[in-house]
Amino acid sequence: MGIAEAILLTIATAATPLLLAAIGELVVERSGVLNLGVEGMMLMGAVAGFGMALTTGQPWLGILAGALAGTLFSLLFGFLALTLVTNQVATGLALTLLGIGLSGMIGEAFVGQPGVKLGALDIPVLSELPLVGRLLFGQDPMFYISLLLTGGVMWFLFRTRAGLTLRSVGDSHSSAHALGIKVVAIRYLAVMFGGACAGLAGAQLSLVYTTQWIENMTAGRGWIALALVVFASWRPWRVLAGAYLFGAITIAQLHIQATNLSDLASWPAPVHWLAELVKSIPSQFLSALPYLATVVVLVLISRNRRLTMMNTPASLGRPFVPDR
Amino acid sequence: MRIELVRRSQQSVLFSALSPFIAFGLMVVAGAVIFLVLGKNPVTGLHAYFVQPLTEIWSLHELAIKAAPLILIAVGLSVCFLSNNWNIGAEGQFTIGAITGAALPLYFPDMHNVAVLPLMLVFGAAGGALYAAIPALLKARFNTNEILTSLMLVYVAQLILDWLVRGPWRDPAAMSFPQAPAFHSWAVIPELLPASGRANWGIVFALVAAFAVWFMLARTLKGFEVKVVGQSPRAGAFGGFSTARTIVFAFLVSGALAGLAGITEVSGAIGRLQPQISPGYGFAAIIVAFLGRLNPLGIVAAGLVLALSYLGGEAAQIEIGVTDKTVRAFQGMLLFFVLACDTLIHYRIRLVRPVPAASAEPLSTEAAHGHR
Repeated sequence: MGIAEAILLTIATAATPLLLAAIGELVVERSGVLNLGVEGMMLMGAVAGFGMALTTGQPWLGILAGALAGTLFSLLFGFLALTLVTNQVATGLALTLLGIGLSGMIGEAFVGQPGVKLGALDIPVLSELPLVGRLLFGQDPMFYISLLLTGGVMWFLFRTRAGLTLRSVGDSHSSAHALGIKVVAIRYLAVMFGGACAGLAGAQLSLVYTTQWIENMTAGRGWIALALVVFASWRPWRVLAGAYLFGAITIAQLHIQATNLSDLASWPAPVHWLAELVKSIPSQFLSALPYLATVVVLVLISRNRRLTMMNTPASLGRPFVPDR
Repeated sequence: MRIELVRRSQQSVLFSALSPFIAFGLMVVAGAVIFLVLGKNPVTGLHAYFVQPLTEIWSLHELAIKAAPLILIAVGLSVCFLSNNWNIGAEGQFTIGAITGAALPLYFPDMHNVAVLPLMLVFGAAGGALYAAIPALLKARFNTNEILTSLMLVYVAQLILDWLVRGPWRDPAAMSFPQAPAFHSWAVIPELLPASGRANWGIVFALVAAFAVWFMLARTLKGFEVKVVGQSPRAGAFGGFSTARTIVFAFLVSGALAGLAGITEVSGAIGRLQPQISPGYGFAAIIVAFLGRLNPLGIVAAGLVLALSYLGGEAAQIEIGVTDKTVRAFQGMLLFFVLACDTLIHYRIRLVRPVPAASAEPLSTEAAHGHR
C-alpha cells in the first residue's frame, strides 16, 4: 500500500463521522428545526456503541446501539423544542451539555478499556484491484453507510413527494399547516433521523476511528458538522464535499505532526525547506487548523447575504404552535 | 393523550417567578432517580450534593470561589442573550482573559507594586473583550453565524493556552509539569477573610458587575437598546438603534466580563497558568444565565446554585462514591428543566384526550400548572 493510498484511506475515516452527523442535521434543518445538540447526540452514540460492543463483543450491535441512543436522545430535544415550543438554540445547547455530562458519567467505567473494532469489509477480488481497490472496496462498513445515506437523502429530499413535504414544512410551516400537513409530526421524524445519524457518527468514532472511549471524544466534530450544513447551503452533495475537505484538513495536520524530517531526505530541497518551516509551527497551532478553517469557511459562505438568505430554510429555528 | 399549548394573553407573572424553583425541584427529583439507578441511597446523595457544602464555613468560601466566575460570565451572557446574540464561546474568552492578564507578571516579574493587580485585571478584561470581538465583527460585518464561530474559538483558545504553558511560558523550575511560574504576591488577588477560608475578591467583582449590568439593563437607554434590538431588530432600527453596534456592544461586555473572570480565577483560586484552568465555567454560565432568567440579580442566585452543584459533586464523590462526572449531567438536566418550565410563562398546557369526533365538546383537563 502506497503512502498516498494510506492517506486517502485515513481521510475517508476522518470524514465519515462528519458526513454522517452533517447529513442528519441537514434533514433536520430542511424541516425548519435547528438542533444544536449534534455534539451531545454524537457523544451518547459513541458511549452507547462502545458499551454495547464491549459487553456483547459484537461491533454491529454497537453501531445499532449508537443509532438508537442518538434517536432516543434527540427525542428529548424534540419534546422540548417541538411540543413545548422552547427556544431551539437554547434547547440544542442544553442537549449538548447534557450529552457531555451523561456520556462522561456512563463512560466512566469504559475509560482505558480496549474496544472492539468494526473491521474493514475487504470484498474479495475487487479490493485487490490496483489503485482504487482498497479505496473503493476495502473500507469499513460505516464508509459505505455514510455514502448510501447521503445518496438516499439526496434522492428523498429532491425526488420524492415526502421529501417535498418535508422541505415545505421547513420553508413555511404555517402554509404547510394550512394545507393539512402534520408539521410537528414531520419535524419529530426529521429530528429522530438527525439523532440516529449523529448516533451513528458517534459510534463510528468509538468503534472504527479510535476503538476506545475517551471523555468528550467528539472534540467539536458535532459543531463542525453543524457548520458544514451552513457551508453546504443545505445541499447534500456539498455536505459530502465539505466533510471530505475537513477530513483532509484533519489528516493533513496529523500527518505533519507525525512526519519526521529525516524521512523527507530524498525529496527535492524546496520540499525540505517547506517541511522544515511547517514543522517549526507548534503542534497546538496545527491542531487548531480544523477549527480555524471552520471559521474561515463560515465567513466566506455567509459573506453573500442574499445567497445565504435564499438558501436557508425560511422557517429555520422559528417556533411553531399550531393554531386551531 | 396529547399536549396542547394555549397562548396566554400576557406573560404569567406567577410562573416567571416560580419557574426557576420548579426547575430546581424537578432536577432534585431527577437526581434522586439517578442515584437510585446507580444503586446509591438518594437521601444521602442529595444531602451530600445540596446540603453538606453549606454546613461548613470553609466550604462556603469555596462556594464563593466557584460562584464568582459563574456569575461574572453569566451576567455578561445575559446582555448577549437579551440582544439575541448567541455567544457560547465564553469559555474561550475566559481562557484568553486569563492569558492576557497573566502576561503582565510573566513579562515584568520585577514589577512589585500596587499597580500590578489592577493592570492585570484590565488586561484580562481587554483580552476577553478582544477575543469576543472576533465573532461579533464577523457577525456584524459578514452575517456569519456567531454560535458556531464563538464555539470554534473556544477550542483555539484552549490550544493557545496549552502551547503557552508547555512552550514559551513554561516554568523551568517545575520539573516536567507543564505550567507557568506561580504569580508573585503582588499579582495575587487578596483573600477576603484569610482567617476562615480561601474566598477572594472575585465574588465582590461578581456582585458589583451584576449590579452594574442590572442598572444598565433596567435604567439606561443602552439597556433599552439591547432589549429592543433583541426582541425586534426592525423596531430597533426605527428607533435609531443600529443592530451592528448592539452586536459588538453585547459581545464586548460579555467578553470583558468573561476575561475578567478568567484572570480572577488564575490569579486568585489557582495562582498560576496551567493547561486546565476551568471546569467548564463558560458553559455552565449559560445555564446560570437561563436559570437566573437573564436578570443579573437572578443570576447571582443562580450562580450560587450552580456553584453548589460543583461542590456537591466533589462531596458526593467522597461521601457515596459516585463519579464527579454526575455534576455535568445534573447541570445539563437543570437547563432542560428551566427551558421546559419557561414554557409555562407564555403558554397554558392542556392535556387533551382523543375523543370521538361526534362529541361536540372535547374533554380537556388542564394540567396542574395550567390554572391561573
